[in-house]
Amino acid sequence: MNDNEHILKHIAKEGSAGYDRKIMDYIHNAATHGLYEIRGMGAKRAVPNFDDLVLLGASLSRYPLEGYREKCSTKTILGTRFASKPIELEIPITIAGMSFGALSANVKESLGRAATELGTSTTTGDGGMTAEERQSSKTLVYQCLPSRYGFNPDDVRRADAIEIVIGQGAKPGGGGMLLGQKISPRVAKMRTLPEGIDQRSACRHPDWTGPDDLVIKIQELREMTDWEKPIYVKVGATRTFHDVKLAVHAGADVIVVDGMQGGTAATQTCFIEHVGIPTLAALRQAVDALEDLNMKGKVQLIISGGVRTGADVAKALAMGADAVAIGQGVLYALGCNHDAYTLDGVVHSACNDYEQLGTAAGYCHHCHTGRCPVGITTQDEQLAQRLMPDLGAKRLKNYLKTLNMELTTLARACGKQNVHHLEREDLAAMTIEAAAMARLPLAGTDWIPGFSQM
Amino acid sequence: MDSMNFDLAVTPLRDLNRFLHKEAVAQGIKQVTVLHPDGAHNIAVGLNAPVAVDIEGHAGYYAAGMLKHGEVTIHGNAGTGVAENMMSGKVHVKGFASVSAGASAHGGLLVVDGDTSLRCGISLKGGDIVVGGSVGSFSGFMAQAGRMVICGNAGDALGDSLYEAVIYVRGKIKSLGADARIEDMTESDYQAVGELLAAAGYTYDPHEFKRVASAKSLYHWNADANQEY
Ligand code: SF4
Repeated sequence: MNDNEHILKHIAKEGSAGYDRKIMDYIHNAATHGLYEIRGMGAKRAVPNFDDLVLLGASLSRYPLEGYREKCSTKTILGTRFASKPIELEIPITIAGMSFGALSANVKESLGRAATELGTSTTTGDGGMTAEERQSSKTLVYQCLPSRYGFNPDDVRRADAIEIVIGQGAKPGGGGMLLGQKISPRVAKMRTLPEGIDQRSACRHPDWTGPDDLVIKIQELREMTDWEKPIYVKVGATRTFHDVKLAVHAGADVIVVDGMQGGTAATQTCFIEHVGIPTLAALRQAVDALEDLNMKGKVQLIISGGVRTGADVAKALAMGADAVAIGQGVLYALGCNHDAYTLDGVVHSACNDYEQLGTAAGYCHHCHTGRCPVGITTQDEQLAQRLMPDLGAKRLKNYLKTLNMELTTLARACGKQNVHHLEREDLAAMTIEAAAMARLPLAGTDWIPGFSQM
Repeated sequence: MDSMNFDLAVTPLRDLNRFLHKEAVAQGIKQVTVLHPDGAHNIAVGLNAPVAVDIEGHAGYYAAGMLKHGEVTIHGNAGTGVAENMMSGKVHVKGFASVSAGASAHGGLLVVDGDTSLRCGISLKGGDIVVGGSVGSFSGFMAQAGRMVICGNAGDALGDSLYEAVIYVRGKIKSLGADARIEDMTESDYQAVGELLAAAGYTYDPHEFKRVASAKSLYHWNADANQEY
């Protein structure tokens, strides 16, 4: 091969930056099916996140607490503004709303059991409240969603708090899409739908249309429950500063902000990847809004969307959140994307099942198919056996316990006896993007992009 | 004594609702009259007992929301979301109703003697709605189960994205929504309409009504349905 041929050979295989493999596959798929991709899980793209922040452990100017002897409180109280029965949690880590329908009944029961043992709350989802989860959850937050599937005043009365879901981090402004294969007889009954059809859920509530109406909707739920239960308002992160202010004005006790890394059972990829802002940016805007209204600490803030580790929790609390909610991390803890599952004490490989879905362990985002190889996001009775409540609860308990241990360890290192004493002063940013979004100084400097001089 | 009056000009709404939730049954009260409602929101929400509530005037948002067992009569007009998510019982609006009347109701009967505004019966999950007058656009949107009887006319996009709910209309339909179609009435339709009209206190002939139901062409992904899916 002469020099010229050699160069031509490489040019001939040069890819296009604008039309790489991914975008080509997207175009081929759209042209073949006339359908956008619908999938589960959260964004695949990398966005600035809690890994881009570091905690400033104590040294000489601050005094750390002894990790293994000195106590660090994690008690968390939510809903102190109007509710006569606020929520009292042992840890500031809660389980985000995930529906029965998206998840199996075994999984819902696992969530309830683990949450109860650790003194935290779990949350219902789009399919309404199941008997299993009410029974297994000491503290259960009942979601009032646009679809109002299975929404029932008896369940409202049985709940410990009510969460009005306006949007989700994975798809602000969009409704859900549960494909027909997951509409089993039980799911169909709970949602008043024919079995096996594609369920397109509404993107907005049927009986109110804006912030002025929301004031009255919240009052309705308060009147209905005799002003006992905290009312949460959950928004997908977009114009978070204004949304949080409006939620405060509407009378929310607790505001849940879900960033773009938040997961979903099934929605269009174009939403997951292209709508919403990162959790880091949303958290800062939410705290700004509360401080602007002088409501920090009076209205509690829960942040969700890509909270995975105890370090994430510590950083979220330091930035101003009162608690976090975890969805996707919980699914991983249960065994999502694991290459094996345990049935009757025997470990079985799930590799063939992943392969049949056209994927592999570690790369799966096929929750929408209902064929979850490890039995989590399925309504198939046999697949659901792959995760029994005992094992699920145990794994989840271990995960949440680990997060809490990491959280308290880091808080002590910053000299705090209470995780809620973590503060912005305990943080620095590792990248300029994260520094600008979180409005924190770049590590080793006093520089906050957009706010101070280098 | 098995009846009581609450005058909202002097008594807070909270007292009325607390009484309906916690004391009415214990005190053997079967009928409550609400005076001077003056458009107050959330009157009798979450009523969960066989108590008759008469609202003597106009009610604001969500009157009788999430009702179970009770019977609420509004002797005036009703605001947004009257009888929203009703489970059972009966709500009768003697005047007109605003938007989203009977939204996502799972059971029970809502009767509106006058007209209703936009999105009447939106996301209906199994309740029955009888409207003496006309309904606004997008009525029955995404209605999953239950029945609507409209004695007057229907606005644009009636029954858009219907699932299994059925709508009966006596007057003109401005336009049908995606996947909705007019179907022949069967004997069981005439019977259903007759029963609902009788329960609502109307004497129209069921043979004057036409049936609107889902064409079911959007129950599964349909690439040729353009923007309708
Ligand atoms: S393993 Fe199951 S839960 Fe995890 S992404 Fe795949 S289908 Fe979804």
